[in-house]
Amino acid sequence: MTEIASGVGRAIAESANALEVDHLDVAYRVRGVDHLALRDIGFNIGQHESFGLVGESGCGKSTTALAITRYLPRNGRITSGRIALSGRDVMSMRQEELRLLRARSISVVYQDPGRALNPSMRIGRQVAEVFEILGMKKREALERAEEALRTVQIADPGRIMSAYPHQLSGGMLQRVVIAMAIAVEPTLLILDEPTTALDATVEAEVLDLVSGLREQFGTAVLFISHNLAVIAKMCDRVGVIYAGEIVEQGPARQVFDDPRHPYTVGLLRCVPRRGRRKDLHRLDTIPGFPPTPGEVPSGCIYADRCALADDQCRAETPPVVDLSAGWTSRCFKYAEAPELPWATPEHLATGAGRRSDHPVISIEHVSKTYAGRHGEVVRALVDVNLELFPGETLGVVGESGCGKTTLARVIVGLTSADPNSGVKVAGRRVGSVAERTPEELRLVQIIFQNPDSALNRRHSVRYIITRALTKLTHLKGEERDARLMTMVRSVRLEPRHLSMRPAQLSGGLKQRVAIARAFAGSPAVLVCDEPTSSLDVSVQAAILNLLVDLQTREGVTYVFISHDLGVVRYLSDRIAVLYLGRIMEYGLAESVFSGPHHPYTEALLSAVPTLDGTEPERIRLRGEIPSPANPPPGCVFNTRCHRRLSDGTCETVEPILREIEPGKFMRCHLPIEQLARREPTEANEF
Amino acid sequence: MGRYILKRLGLAILTLLLLSLIVFLAGQVLPGNPGRLILGNFASQRSVDILNRQLGLDHPVLLQYWEWATRIMHGNFGRSYQFQAPVISFLFPAAGRSLKLASLAFVIVVPLSILGGVVAALNRGRTVDRIISTIGLSLSTLPEFVSGIVLIVVFAIELKILPVSANAPPGSGVLIQLRYLLLPAIPLVLVLFGYIARIARAGTVEALESDYVRTATLKGLRRRTVIVRHMLRNSMLPTMTVVATQTGYLIGGLVVTETLFNYPGLGRLIYNAAVAKDFPMLEAGVLVIGVVYLTATLLADLLATFLNPRVRLQGFE
Repeated sequence: MTEIASGVGRAIAESANALEVDHLDVAYRVRGVDHLALRDIGFNIGQHESFGLVGESGCGKSTTALAITRYLPRNGRITSGRIALSGRDVMSMRQEELRLLRARSISVVYQDPGRALNPSMRIGRQVAEVFEILGMKKREALERAEEALRTVQIADPGRIMSAYPHQLSGGMLQRVVIAMAIAVEPTLLILDEPTTALDATVEAEVLDLVSGLREQFGTAVLFISHNLAVIAKMCDRVGVIYAGEIVEQGPARQVFDDPRHPYTVGLLRCVPRRGRRKDLHRLDTIPGFPPTPGEVPSGCIYADRCALADDQCRAETPPVVDLSAGWTSRCFKYAEAPELPWATPEHLATGAGRRSDHPVISIEHVSKTYAGRHGEVVRALVDVNLELFPGETLGVVGESGCGKTTLARVIVGLTSADPNSGVKVAGRRVGSVAERTPEELRLVQIIFQNPDSALNRRHSVRYIITRALTKLTHLKGEERDARLMTMVRSVRLEPRHLSMRPAQLSGGLKQRVAIARAFAGSPAVLVCDEPTSSLDVSVQAAILNLLVDLQTREGVTYVFISHDLGVVRYLSDRIAVLYLGRIMEYGLAESVFSGPHHPYTEALLSAVPTLDGTEPERIRLRGEIPSPANPPPGCVFNTRCHRRLSDGTCETVEPILREIEPGKFMRCHLPIEQLARREPTEANEF
Repeated sequence: MGRYILKRLGLAILTLLLLSLIVFLAGQVLPGNPGRLILGNFASQRSVDILNRQLGLDHPVLLQYWEWATRIMHGNFGRSYQFQAPVISFLFPAAGRSLKLASLAFVIVVPLSILGGVVAALNRGRTVDRIISTIGLSLSTLPEFVSGIVLIVVFAIELKILPVSANAPPGSGVLIQLRYLLLPAIPLVLVLFGYIARIARAGTVEALESDYVRTATLKGLRRRTVIVRHMLRNSMLPTMTVVATQTGYLIGGLVVTETLFNYPGLGRLIYNAAVAKDFPMLEAGVLVIGVVYLTATLLADLLATFLNPRVRLQGFE
């Protein structure tokens, strides 16, 4: 791909920055009133540079991207400022000029690739359109499209060309979108949360691909993400955005290693980093909430949540302080920022952990077989055996489709397992929800990923928790009300929340209500199915701390399901790694993380980007996860395994789950000595 | 796919059976004595009874239904009480005439309302949108007999640019026939416009706000290409199904319009049969409408699924 892309836009201003944004204000008009969504945003992206924009949801990351492409929603408008691409003013462009700019100089990759592609058009056609805009004939455009798909390492572009979006996996779709974006060699590539909807291994592949393409084409990149580690891995420079303002920006390494704005410090402390465990450290949280749109506090926008704030911060707007070349902080107290007091005590003996040697829940030979649509047999779980003891946490990890959620549903009884499977709670065998006694129901509870859909939005918080108390505890009258208040306090809700309905609460508060509901009957086991995946890191940290507190106090056992290995490591005492419904590795959390590793675990661990910038050797898995309806013969992982034995054993014989050292189980043919150990790197502390 | 079509066909046949049962039972429940209707007020009770027995009306109801249904399966719709002639000789010519009128209404209303809906969606929130939406809504609340009378008064009586009657002189060409049918078709168009436009608008707004339209726009495609290639194709799927279900409504409208404009179509046939308690005619008419309605919805569903690659290529739940 050559002649067309190196066209007009680039030749004009080879020396100029790829993107310049100065004093940009964007307002959304809601019921006749303008609310400022972005205030005084300014940053430059040099040629071939990658700039990261990081911040929590609703702070204006995507609005910035939309403003640059001039695709703001109809009620949004740029009220002042300047945006220039290669020195050309984007804001004064007329429709046709803007269209050509989008066609040639600026491309966007989106969060949800499944929705970014037209569901009723073939992939090839959609990619070819990019070339047709540049004046190519249909046939030539299609040839170039195929070439573009090859550039993003799609092995069989011919087949993908004739497919429709719904026939491809998320990772493959994102490759297609990237192929479209990079095809014309744009001046600026905007990536808006490009891996948020993807599994860790797929995320790593997509990030590798973007890095590779950047090396190849030298495209300038604006990378938007809420994930600090992804930004740390991908970007030269970074801007931290809060409530529509960039509060700190500078070289990524410097900002992450020595943050100079209290918000950056707070965000970094919220992330459960390597080596952090619930029994040693607390996660820090950021107190309070971001300002609601339209609310403009006088003084520093962050003052309300900042432990360093004084009268000056509340009265005066802080200036943009130059710390060193290209490094700025919008804070009076930039010098003290690293010493920001902790919102929660850092070191706290939590006392969580196993409290008895009688398992509270035993999962014995649990399998779950579904009949597929075309009569095929889908084995979602295959002979899973686990024992959980009071007060401990079992982390369950694996890529999507590995059976994590099915396992959760079987434990709670929402899905009935195959005959001959056994789930025992406190020594008694239990069936599905309908067959469980009230006492068995009380003992095992669940919280879900999305509290929005898990709570009945027509009921008040009081009703939701009270109903759980009534159903699960038989408490009445004053006793029940007293217990309600205890519950509310213990999940750190306030009495004023009781009369609210879920829609009036933020995501974090909703999850607290869900936790209060689950704890109403003092359960012995709580299944947590990705409980923090839809939450911002600061909110996630608060919820994780809460879960640890409740475990310490109530001695409850958690089955904690997550795709975020950092979170799982922080919370878990033991970990089970699932692949295609089978346990591949099972053992103490520390031994799972320190090795020896199952090759699949090894690949999962290597896929996680780290905040400290160390770049562990990446293990690339081949191909995609096979369908559970048609697992490969032999070891189910053999088709993707990088350590597959050359003698063919892996392709023919399914390994058993064997105990390789006391308490540690592994489903692999390789001798222990040949399995890898990854030494965990200790993260910087603040 | 094949299995889905078979399933839909089966369901359609089942619906038809139920419909026939309801039509037949309604005929049983409605007041009126067929023998008396045929022979008139002056015939003796004895001869009325004899005729009723000849007609099989003394048989148990289910047996009567069975006899009736088998006859219809053989294409025998019975004899009209009022005309003393086979129903079929009235039924099909009338249905043909209604088809002409309904087709004209459809040919006008479908493109017009879809255009209206799409234009409203593209200008959503602006004056054009409000005008189209308000007019559409007001028109759908206006009954056909009101708009019909207004149209007759204005265009046929005052302005004299269109004929009052819908019946073109025998042997007229297509254009003349169209001229005669135009006025009766308009009330039907007015009633359907608002509804179809609203659905088309909703579908278009959804597509406009979708991520794939954003992708298409940010690719640098021309606005027209974005609208035609990316937006309409996805937004027209739900609209089409709605259009098909409106067939039923259209037929209801036919009864009124045909009576008003004195047009001898299926609607007027049914109306007259109901007034005259001519059950065989009534039953046959309703059944024909049922078949037309079912066929239309079935075709629309099949077309919608066929155009949706997600369903076409993956089978069905």
